[in-house]
This record gives sequence, C-alpha cells and structure tokens, in this order.
Amino acid sequence: MRIQAIIKRIIRQFLRDKRSIALMMAAPLLVMTLLWLVLDMEDHVPTIAVTDAPEPMEAALEAQEATILKTDAGRGKEALENQDADAHLLFDSGQPELRMEGSNPTATSAVQNVMSRAVKQLNPNAPAFELSFLHGSSDLNLFDNTGSVLIGFFVFFFVFIIGGVSFLRERTQGTLARMMATPLRRWEIVAGYLLGFGLFIIIQSIIIAAFSIYVLDIYMAGSFLSLLVITLLLAVTALSLGTLLSAYAKNEFQMIQFIPVVIVPQVFFSGVFPIESVEWINAIGKIMPLTYGADALKAIMIRGDNLDAVTMEIAVLIGFSAAFIILNVMALKRHRTL
Amino acid sequence: MANLVNLDNIHHSYHKKTVLNEISLAIPEGRLFGLLGPSGSGKTTLVKIIIGLLTPDSGTVRIDGELMPSFQLMQKIGYMAQSDALYNELTARENIQFFASLYQIPKKRQKERISEAAELVSLSDELDKTLETFSGGMKRRLSLAIALLHQPKLLILDEPTVGIDPVLRASIWDAFRKMQQAGTTIIMTTHVMDEAEKCDNLALLRDGSFIAEGSPADLKAKSGTATLEAAFLHFGGTENAHTGNH
Repeated sequence: MRIQAIIKRIIRQFLRDKRSIALMMAAPLLVMTLLWLVLDMEDHVPTIAVTDAPEPMEAALEAQEATILKTDAGRGKEALENQDADAHLLFDSGQPELRMEGSNPTATSAVQNVMSRAVKQLNPNAPAFELSFLHGSSDLNLFDNTGSVLIGFFVFFFVFIIGGVSFLRERTQGTLARMMATPLRRWEIVAGYLLGFGLFIIIQSIIIAAFSIYVLDIYMAGSFLSLLVITLLLAVTALSLGTLLSAYAKNEFQMIQFIPVVIVPQVFFSGVFPIESVEWINAIGKIMPLTYGADALKAIMIRGDNLDAVTMEIAVLIGFSAAFIILNVMALKRHRTL
Repeated sequence: MANLVNLDNIHHSYHKKTVLNEISLAIPEGRLFGLLGPSGSGKTTLVKIIIGLLTPDSGTVRIDGELMPSFQLMQKIGYMAQSDALYNELTARENIQFFASLYQIPKKRQKERISEAAELVSLSDELDKTLETFSGGMKRRLSLAIALLHQPKLLILDEPTVGIDPVLRASIWDAFRKMQQAGTTIIMTTHVMDEAEKCDNLALLRDGSFIAEGSPADLKAKSGTATLEAAFLHFGGTENAHTGNH
C-alpha cells in the first residue's frame, strides 16, 4: 500500500509536468528523425572528370551511375580543385591515371565502385561474384546499422535524466527526509520509483521503437516484442543508475554533469563506432550497460535473433539493475540508518 | 506521569564542529514542550535526532521506553519539518492523501481525517488547488495538517507558526491545546519569545548545550527577570554583551 502510494504520486506528478512528458516521449522521436535525415541517404552519385579516355572506357563509365564530365587536362584539374568533380580520370599516352578529390570518404568509395564496375564491364572474362547476404541486405545503410543502437541510447539517456532529476528533487525539496520520518522502508521508496516510472518507460519504449520501425522504416528482422523487452531492461538500468547517482549530486546542474562522464562514453563503446579490432577498448565497453543493450538490439533488429539468443545480455542488464538498486537502498542510509 | 521522551547524554558533531553537547532531557507524557534557542543553536539537529533521521555520535533517544529509530515508533510520531516538504505539482488534498497512505490510514478513515485536519488549519476551501498557488503560510498550515493526520502520540514541530498570521496562529494554538487534552505530547522548536511563553516547559538551547530548563514562570523566577528574553540572556551569561541593546 505504501509502494502503491508512491507509484500513484509519481504518476500524478508526471502527468502534470507536460514538459517532462514531452522530453521523454517526443524529444527522442525528433532526434531519431533528424538522424534518419542525415544517415538514411541514397548512394552518392559521383562526378568524374574524364580526359582523353578511349571510346570503350567512356561508354563503360557512362553505363554506370555516375556523372561524366569530358574535359581537357587543365579543366579537369580545376574541377577537382573546385570540388566540381570527385575524381579525374586521365589517359597519359594510353596509361590511365585516376586522381581522387579525396576529402570525402563516401565520394571516394563511390568513385572506386563505379571504376571497378566499369573495368569489369570492359573485361567480362574476370570472375564475377554472386552476392548474397546472411543478415541484412545491400540496402542496409548507416541509419539501419546505428539506429538499432541509438534506440537503446535514447531510451537510456532520457530515462536517466528524468529519473535522476526527480529523485534528486525529492531530496532537495525535503520530501525524501519527510518520507523517511514515516514508517516507510528504504527499499519501498526505490521500488515505488521503479514501478511509478515503469509505466512511462513502457510507453516511451513502445513509442520510440514503433516510430523507428513503422515511420522511419528502420531495418527490422526480429520481433517487436523482443525489442521491447530489451529497451525496457535498458530503461530500468538507466532509471536505477540515475536515481543512485542523484545521491551524489547537490542540484540539477550537478546531475547534468553526469552526462559527459556516464552517458557519453557509453555511446562510443556501445557499437555506434566500429571498435571491435582494439581489444583493450572492447574491455572498457564490457563494464557499460549500454553495450549489452546495444548488442542485443543489433542481434534482434539486424540478425533477426530471438530473445533466447541474447540471454547473456539480458542477464547482464538484470545484474546491473539489481546492483544499482541495492546500492541505492544502501545509499539511502545517509538519510536514515534504519 | 511517565516520561514519554528520554534523551540520554547526546553528543553530535558535524564536520568536527560540536553541534550538540551533553544533551539529556526527559519530557513527561501530555506536555507541550518548547525548545527555545536562536538559529544555529542546534534545535533542528536535535529534532532530527529525536525523530530518527539523524544518528547522534553518542547518546540514545528513547520514546515510550523504546529505542529510536524504530518503525513502530515512527508510526506514533507526527513531524513537521522546518522547510515545507511538499509536492508543488500536486493539490493540497493529493499531498495529504500521499502521506496518509504512507501512515497506512484506511481509505474511509482518511476522508474523515483529511476534512478534520483541513478544518483545523483553515484550508478546507483550498484543498483542491495545486500548491503552486499557495502562499508560504498556507504551505506551513498544510505541513501541520499532514503532521497530525494520523493522530500521533507525539507531535514534533520545527518552527510551526513561522509566516502564519496572528489570528490563525491563535486558532492553531487552540488546536495544540485540544490535542494536548486528548493526550498528545507536543515538542516544538521556536525562537519567538511570546510563543515560548505558552509552552508548559522550556529548554533553552544555546550553542548546542542546554543552559536552563523549566516552566516559563520558573525560568523567570530563577533568573529574577520579568521577561523570558531577559531570562535567556541571564542564563546565557551574556547580560553584559547585550546591555547595549536595551
């Protein structure tokens, strides 16, 4: 009944705080949409300046998806310098030379693709591969790949902030001490918080995941329910970590200071950037909850795995939450030893 | 009458500075007991130790013969903090309901108690407004209503009447008297002399130590002074330092 009272109170408070609701529900959608705009691009169509190319080469290039500028050597160089062309192909006494503009890696690799396809067309005897995919497809782009991790990140980030600040305010406005003067048990406060925010966390997870999959059309091979289970576990970890750390912040500003220390590093190590080749960096990621959430999300969304394929990740997330909850119940001893 | 509250030789320091020193006190049941002292004298620290929010470096607190902190005792104590610990987003009624549920007052009884307590602090018509519209004095009264909601045996009030207008203050004092007659023991801190005057017994606190104890009349008689303020100065041994003010 006491836990129930806390749950009811948190829900009432949160429903009156329209801005926090917007931050938790709408802000992640806005950021996901912006990321989608940036990352979900069509393939880059390269512009190639061509000088003195033999007839068949020119024909082969024009058959590819590329814009071809026929120029003399001087104009070609100029086009590169003005970034009007991504590459300059010139034939000096029959010997081909390809000069890249080089400042944009996407353009460079697009030029290389076009060139290799054109060369293959010229020389049909070269062995051709038949391309197939175990996971994903040739359309899997950066947004599909990092988006799965980012869903986990946004759930983690916004729950951490809102949960942490709410619990902090409880302390600074004196209501935590006031609750401690009642027969309320310390664990009941923590449980009330988890359950009270749990409702909003579930709604938030559904909104973010559904929006990403059905509106932004992010690549999704697994089941929606499995995805929800993982985001929910991540959110519970974030909430228990946020409420725990709020004990070590004097005010809202100090709570915000935890973001660069606790949240941002987790992004770097959770798989947004490819780091798997460096072992000691990998080891850092192993102590961060988001890494496990992101791994599980990738497995479900891209490889189409079921929950039983990510039991290790699930166990670790539950372990993190349990540890943070226990630490929080102990941290509350500062307010009442009993 | 038996003593309800027993403080035994309490010492407490904070950042190596002694805040409370050799505090021993016995408060009989049914008494309205005042802790009088200037700000910074250790009143709030002592109150927090009595209700169990703070564990003293040494010494014990016994209430009703039982050692604090204890959940059974907390159920019998009502507490009003010096700063209003309330949820501003919620209405007055929702605030009261929340704390009523923490004390596990049954739903039906809650309704009665909420209207009784609101009546007592003249907030009956404001119950469904959110606290964002409340003045400081109204929040003070709401805190008081919450403190006495579960009809505690012991009521501990930290500066209860700050910011409350004189007419209301008189009616709140009437309420204290009524509760006292019903058997409630009340401990309150104050730095206002005319309020201290109305207490049955007083302990004068200065720099973390009791400098005198007794009924207001006793204290005045012992010090041979006409007012409590003069008595405070007498026991504090600072008459000379303060004569310039008169």
